[in-house]
Amino acid sequence: MNSIYSYLAVPLLPLIASFCVGILGRKLPEFFASSMTILSVFIAFLLSCMTLNETLNGLVLNQTIYKWLLSGHYQFEVGFLIDNLTAMMMVVVTFVSLMVHIYTMGYMKGDPGYRRFFSYISLFTFSMLMLVMSNNFMQLFFGWEAVGLVSYLLIGFWFERSTAIYANLKAFLVNRVGDFGFILGIALILYWTGSLDYATVFKSTGIIAAHTMQLFGQPVAVVTVICILLFIGAMGKSAQVPLHVWLPDSMEGPTPISALIHAATMVTAGIFMVSRTSPLFELSDTALSFVMIIGAITALFMGLLGIIQNDIKRVIAYSTLSQLGYMTVALGASAYSVAMFHLMTHAFFKALLFLGAGSVIIGMHHDQDIQHMGNLKKYMPITWITFLIGSLALIGTPLFSGFYSKDSLIEAVKLSHIAGSHFAYFSVLVGVFVTAFYSFRLYFLVFHGKEKWRLQKLAHHEDHHHGLSPKDNPHESPLSVTIPLALLAIPSLIIGYLTIEPILFGSFFSKSIFLDIEAHPTMEHLSHHFHEIYHGPFGMALHSIMSLPFLFASSGVALAYYCYQVNLNLPKAVFNRTQMIYRILENKYGFDTFNEKFFAFGSRFLGEKFWQIGDIKIIDGWLVNGTAKSIGKLAEKIRVIQSGYIYHYAFAMVIGVFLFLTFFIKI
Amino acid sequence: MIGLSHYLILGAILFTISVVGIFLNRKNIIILLMSIELMLLAVNINFIAFSHYLNDIAGQIFVFFILTVAAAESAIGLAIIVLIFRNTRSINVDDLNRLNG
Repeated sequence: MNSIYSYLAVPLLPLIASFCVGILGRKLPEFFASSMTILSVFIAFLLSCMTLNETLNGLVLNQTIYKWLLSGHYQFEVGFLIDNLTAMMMVVVTFVSLMVHIYTMGYMKGDPGYRRFFSYISLFTFSMLMLVMSNNFMQLFFGWEAVGLVSYLLIGFWFERSTAIYANLKAFLVNRVGDFGFILGIALILYWTGSLDYATVFKSTGIIAAHTMQLFGQPVAVVTVICILLFIGAMGKSAQVPLHVWLPDSMEGPTPISALIHAATMVTAGIFMVSRTSPLFELSDTALSFVMIIGAITALFMGLLGIIQNDIKRVIAYSTLSQLGYMTVALGASAYSVAMFHLMTHAFFKALLFLGAGSVIIGMHHDQDIQHMGNLKKYMPITWITFLIGSLALIGTPLFSGFYSKDSLIEAVKLSHIAGSHFAYFSVLVGVFVTAFYSFRLYFLVFHGKEKWRLQKLAHHEDHHHGLSPKDNPHESPLSVTIPLALLAIPSLIIGYLTIEPILFGSFFSKSIFLDIEAHPTMEHLSHHFHEIYHGPFGMALHSIMSLPFLFASSGVALAYYCYQVNLNLPKAVFNRTQMIYRILENKYGFDTFNEKFFAFGSRFLGEKFWQIGDIKIIDGWLVNGTAKSIGKLAEKIRVIQSGYIYHYAFAMVIGVFLFLTFFIKI
Repeated sequence: MIGLSHYLILGAILFTISVVGIFLNRKNIIILLMSIELMLLAVNINFIAFSHYLNDIAGQIFVFFILTVAAAESAIGLAIIVLIFRNTRSINVDDLNRLNG
């Protein structure tokens, strides 16, 4: 399959399926809608695997297939760049998407929007593939916006709920802020290099690096401005502080979407983009420091928020934020391949955790409060075991996939010498403890302990029409739900062990990611450690038992066990003592309040003033109505001339004739 | 001998009479119409006088046109007056200021 059409088919098949299902809608039987989209994604997955295989054999394809627009010297094209980075993303995206498609059959059963949902997620798959496969910034931006659109549609999937509508609007608006920075960055690239094509841009990094530009009266390196602007785009899409506020709210969408879009694929687009533009980021230490500090703040502080959440999906959402922060820190440490590696392992175990949470939600009849759950291990064994695997992978238990990516990541940060790396190292280390604590808090509350739904009053349920009544038993979810869980648990377990060597220390990314080894020797040192001290992945696992991250993780788990299994009164006591801190966490550090007070209220105030003064007073008052009114007033004055008497008019005519005669006839 | 100037003076006198007729007449709208006719005739006399004086037949042809148009105009004018009378029961010029502003 050397023809371009086989690559073209990867994004186009889901698109076609999406259109068919979306347009035919209710005319299509439900079974047909789901099987058609699943089949298309399955073929895309197979083709992606074949592509990965080819790239492993050294294929790098950079081909433009369509010239979209020509404007002056600038060309806007559609094309594909197929290399290892792309192929890995393609496989991850199509695999998780396939799992989510299958899972959706069980999760969305009986929902009136069943077909619409399938149409949307296939459209998402198409958009995400266009994003990762593009060979130029314009197509990247197209994919970027398209995934944002689908995300918007899917967060508001249950559009009868007002909270869902607020959440999707919020996601859309916050992403606009990031996208504005992103498009400015792309515009700067176009301005300085005259091209949007990756290959051309990366060839002319010398031009960008050599120039400075005036910004607020001070000379700034062009490359720094470009990188920070691009990263602002990544901050929006990958939910970094302070543009993270949309991601926890996006949990209003159906759970499969949270797994696919808001955990595994779309939110990692920013990480992917920065890795793809590594030749630019490598040139600016300032930008890398900025990236690292933002990532560190996100990794630690968003993790802390996970501790106090009681909504099962929100806990995992904050965990996603924190893990995205980890990846961003890795980018800042110039360890792009580590970030991509963590992206991949995270995609598997986070999708697994979300889908597991969805399975729990089905079992609990759409009650998402973890304080109502407990001892589900007895009723939902498959969900329990897969969820446990996901949690262990997330906290970085040795030999699990998350361990390899996270440990390498922490080590890379430790080895980095860029400004802010100490803070970042501190953040990611403490983050490990926090991650372990909230993950196992969630795990113990949901799968162990008392069956708390039995303790509630019946009246509570009749208000909500969901949740289990005290006498019911939760049931294990259907096969279409548990099979994806099992299939995702496998890579969550082993993929790290199998792939760490080629991805991090081999030549897997050598053609895709550019590293300035002299300036940022992090990866070099990391590779040295791996080969000389650990002697391979197994040694790394053995060695880690003595290391700080493992200590932090295990103490986190132990604390969670003590708080939620042994001494159940402790959390309450701590809560009573630390009302202050709790309130800060409860308010999510006040980001939402600030946004509401400052941006939302501020822009509404501004809008109100523009409306009152600009629109009503100036445009309506002076220009539109003012013109009419002044003409009316003038007419009021001169209407008395119109007496209606013929002889007055005749007199005026004669006087007029007389005047004309005297003026124009010269004797 | 009657010369050109006599005709022109006659025309001017007729024109003045008609203008004054328009201004002074406040009673009868038919008189107004007659004044307008008279004005046209004054112009016609001027045309013919000059036509004869300059030996140019065009002026006399023009007079035919004016007569025709004047006939049509007075026909329409009379029709309007009939309608006005039907509606207001008056042809008094002072009463007819319904189109005032």
